Amino acid sequence: MKFSENWLRNIIDPPLTSTALADVLMMCGLDVEAVESAAPPFAGVIAAEVVEIGKHPSADRLQVCRVNTGGETITVVCGAPNVAVGMRVALATVGAKLSGMEIKQAKVRGVESSGMLCSAKELGIADDASGLMALPADAQLGADVRKVLDLDDALITIKPTPNRGDCLSMLGIAREVAAMTGCTMKPMPATAITETTAERVEIALEAGDACPRYTARIVRGVDVRAKSPRWLVQRLERSGLRGISAVVDVTNYVMLELGQPLHAFDFAKVEGGIRVRFAQDREMLKVLNGQELKLDPSCLVIADQKKALALAGIMGGADSGVTDGTQDVLLESAFFAPTAIAGKARALGFGSDSSYRFERGVDFAATVQALDRAAQMIVEICGGHAGPVAEARGALPPRPQVRMRRARAERVLGITVSAQDVAGIFSRLGYVFAQQGDEFLVTPPAYRFDLAIEEDLIEEVARIRGYDHIPEGKLVGPAVILPAVETRLTSRRLRSRMVARDYQEIVSYSFVDKNWELDFCGNESPAMLANPIATQMSAMRSSLFGSLVDCLKLNLARQQERIRLFEIGCCYERQGSGYGQRRMIGGIAYGGAVTEQWGEAKRRVDFYDVKADVESLLGGRSVRFEPVRRQALHPGRAAGIVIDGRLAGVLGQLHPALQQKYDFPYEPICFEINLDLLSDSPVIQFQEFSRQPTVRRDIAVEVGETASTEAMVAAMKKAASALVFDLAPFDVYRGKGIDSDKKSVAFRVLLQDTSKTLTDAEVEAEIGRLVHALQEEFQARLRK
Amino acid sequence: MDKLEDIVREALDLFAGIDDAVELEQVKARFLGKSGALTDLQKGLGRVPAAERPAMGVRFNAAKEQLEAALTARRNAIQQKKLEAQLAQESLDVTLPGRGSGSGGLHPVTRTLERIEDLFHSLGFEVAEGPEIETDFYNFTALNQPENHPARSMHDTFYLDDGKHLLRTHTSPIQIRYMEKHRPPIRIIAPGRVYRVDSDATHSPMFHQVEGLWIDDSVTFADLKGLIAEFLRRFFERDDLKVRFRPSFFPFTEPSAEIDMSFGDGWLEIGGCGMVHPQVLKNVNIDSEQFQGFAFGLGPDRLTMLRYGVNDLRLFFENDLRFLKQFS
Repeated sequence: MKFSENWLRNIIDPPLTSTALADVLMMCGLDVEAVESAAPPFAGVIAAEVVEIGKHPSADRLQVCRVNTGGETITVVCGAPNVAVGMRVALATVGAKLSGMEIKQAKVRGVESSGMLCSAKELGIADDASGLMALPADAQLGADVRKVLDLDDALITIKPTPNRGDCLSMLGIAREVAAMTGCTMKPMPATAITETTAERVEIALEAGDACPRYTARIVRGVDVRAKSPRWLVQRLERSGLRGISAVVDVTNYVMLELGQPLHAFDFAKVEGGIRVRFAQDREMLKVLNGQELKLDPSCLVIADQKKALALAGIMGGADSGVTDGTQDVLLESAFFAPTAIAGKARALGFGSDSSYRFERGVDFAATVQALDRAAQMIVEICGGHAGPVAEARGALPPRPQVRMRRARAERVLGITVSAQDVAGIFSRLGYVFAQQGDEFLVTPPAYRFDLAIEEDLIEEVARIRGYDHIPEGKLVGPAVILPAVETRLTSRRLRSRMVARDYQEIVSYSFVDKNWELDFCGNESPAMLANPIATQMSAMRSSLFGSLVDCLKLNLARQQERIRLFEIGCCYERQGSGYGQRRMIGGIAYGGAVTEQWGEAKRRVDFYDVKADVESLLGGRSVRFEPVRRQALHPGRAAGIVIDGRLAGVLGQLHPALQQKYDFPYEPICFEINLDLLSDSPVIQFQEFSRQPTVRRDIAVEVGETASTEAMVAAMKKAASALVFDLAPFDVYRGKGIDSDKKSVAFRVLLQDTSKTLTDAEVEAEIGRLVHALQEEFQARLRK
Repeated sequence: MDKLEDIVREALDLFAGIDDAVELEQVKARFLGKSGALTDLQKGLGRVPAAERPAMGVRFNAAKEQLEAALTARRNAIQQKKLEAQLAQESLDVTLPGRGSGSGGLHPVTRTLERIEDLFHSLGFEVAEGPEIETDFYNFTALNQPENHPARSMHDTFYLDDGKHLLRTHTSPIQIRYMEKHRPPIRIIAPGRVYRVDSDATHSPMFHQVEGLWIDDSVTFADLKGLIAEFLRRFFERDDLKVRFRPSFFPFTEPSAEIDMSFGDGWLEIGGCGMVHPQVLKNVNIDSEQFQGFAFGLGPDRLTMLRYGVNDLRLFFENDLRFLKQFS
């Protein structure tokens, strides 16, 4: 809500600067979003009247004006098209300062000019630069324009929290200022109204729960073409509303002043009395914003005997509102229950100042006061005859007393508060309360919808005392030593391992392009968002591959050459009637195996480089790799990552078809692992080790191209005795000297006895067994 | 016996001029070898009268020692020279860059999250986690935010296509999930990704939050202020940091506050907090007369921006390496 500081000061005027006043609003919880000046600083601009206009001797577009400044008549050259004799205008006198510029006595194309006549834009008040800004015809000549237009004002924008609908009015804001500062409010304008007709509208209240109070009065013989007074329009404008017509302006004004939304019907359009009822199914109503609504029985409407007239509390009907032809007005002031309005505007896709207030709660004790105030203003401005108030009531919200114990307030807030303090605070807030020693029983005012439990009152005590006046407590709590699970691969450990392996962490959106799910996972039915912000962000990802590939592509486009990325994030899928989610880590490597550097041959990263990264990442776990098929991966260069016997992830080269589709010159290598499948590893247990010398023997064999190295190692281990304590491949060779369907694999074998030095004979016998195993199972040929 | 002196002088002169270890040994042989000049002269000692022999013997020994000492010095010098030459030849351009694989880096928000976890860990807060696809119950209802509550409009919620599940709009559901399983005293923080239908220069549809919860028998609003203020001063490593709490509203806390910190001439909002609403405690069967405490939610993205001077939130989720690598 935006409002004029001067308007507020008309109601309550604490001895505070504008800044200090804004601070008070901030610290009482009315989030101050902006404080702007009504006009930029300028000085020396006065009201003047154009008394004579003559042609400029040497410029067609300029005119030479004689201007009465109240004391004297001076000559000013002016180029504005709308200048006219009798017009009251803003004159920047010689010496005036306008947005950094000083007005000087000057010759304009040969004619002396003693100042400048200003447009609204030149004064910085509005964007209108089309001509001179006309001042009111009654503007006092010679008076400072800042005073004439009340420009020494600030526009304050606040955003009260949803529980404080009572602060969506000048009255409500003033009440808060009064409570916070201890200043008293000036009395609100009296609303004595003379009823000059006895005519009363019939009200049939058929939805008493949704509308616990409905009041209306008829004002006959209204001149709808009467103009709203300038002060009224100005206050509306400074609240961000436009002047429309006097009747509508008055309803808006009273809403801003008292917080009660009002509606004015053209009484001629009301056939029979008013019915407050729920809509019929598929009942049609065209509302003021031009939309044709198809209603349902959850919508509360204001209707007459024949048709719906307005969407209660939200928006008036297009056909029943006040128009230029209106003579008789039916003014409505009602209390619609917050629950009847809440969510409706959002469901319809539009809201209004009215629904904004009703869904937060308006003062149901002041319904008639607002109706009186509006009727009185309409009669004052537009004439007419006001009738008596017609009223129908349902069950108004009960106001059960809320108990607050002083000791409880102290315990919650951590400060001391005397009973006297509490009583003072409640009094300043205008609460009706009873005090029994240290207990207070508060009856919430009809404008407060946020006081239901003890804590609500405790908050009021803290708020009015000032959150700033609650000291920062010392941090006291039980001293504990938190668990430190050494054997868990926490996100933090995983991250630091990836960083150590030269991967950069990324954070990408969990919602992705649906096509990625198809491309990378063959997933035709990913979990979808019902209301995505864009179609390419509509599917919940079931794999990190799409995001990694996308990020790779983005950075390649930005001229990065060697890219290594990883992410830890959730992946999602449909599961039964709901959705499953798991934590995943994924990585992608592209470009050089190492950063381009001197003294190292250039080599592109390959499957085995990333495999080493994955092995390092999972260090301490028992990990196996086995061929696997995945849509995203090259069918011959993909491995399932089996951790502790469970297939927990995949590793491989991006499928060449995808490499082509996503336009990568080289092959990206990627992996992902389901972290939910990683269990804690056992704590390391020391193993006795032999101090005897070790013997190394190498075995090189020629085997078929498809023989699995892992299987060969397994076969040898099976054949080996306890003497073999390490056995690993260290070279693979294809090419010259090896048949084209064969490969040569060399293994390193380390042998050791626990108690003595091995003899050559023992070693040879052991190696013989290993070679034999390879010959038996893989038709291996020993190479010399 | 002047001959002895001549030989010694000659030998010393020669030794001094030699730069090569092998040559030195060859020249040594010329004087001290089996048929060396000095050896030959010594062999003639027998012809010296007996009375002079002892004195002569002393002179010979002295001469030998003198030559040996000169040789040793010369050998050392040659060795030293050789070493110096080798070292000179082996010297590297130490300004060439180091070789091998480099290291990557953490995402800047991760840096912040880890620091937040560390700071709260030091005060006995454990890390808790929860699902990102949530139910209406945990995200709203259990947090005292029934359907059609105006506060719900503060959160523009992403819904899943079953119409029942949603992407959590805050990390607060973790409070509920944790309290369902644990009794006070409770001290947790819960970092994670959250989602809201909001995308512009200052909003991302996905961002991070850290939830904190401390429930015990006498944890007060003053304690909340103390904890948050102290945390922020430690996080920014600035003792002069000013922290402001201003009244606000969250359905799941009462009293509630926005947390602002001083920044330049003004204030910046960096989170919300409050005393856990009795209804929330009731929803998880914790007696609010016996236990009380506070909850807070901090924006680690905002904290990261402030700490490292990042001026655009969107950079965090764009994943441009030119940005990310600055935090390695």
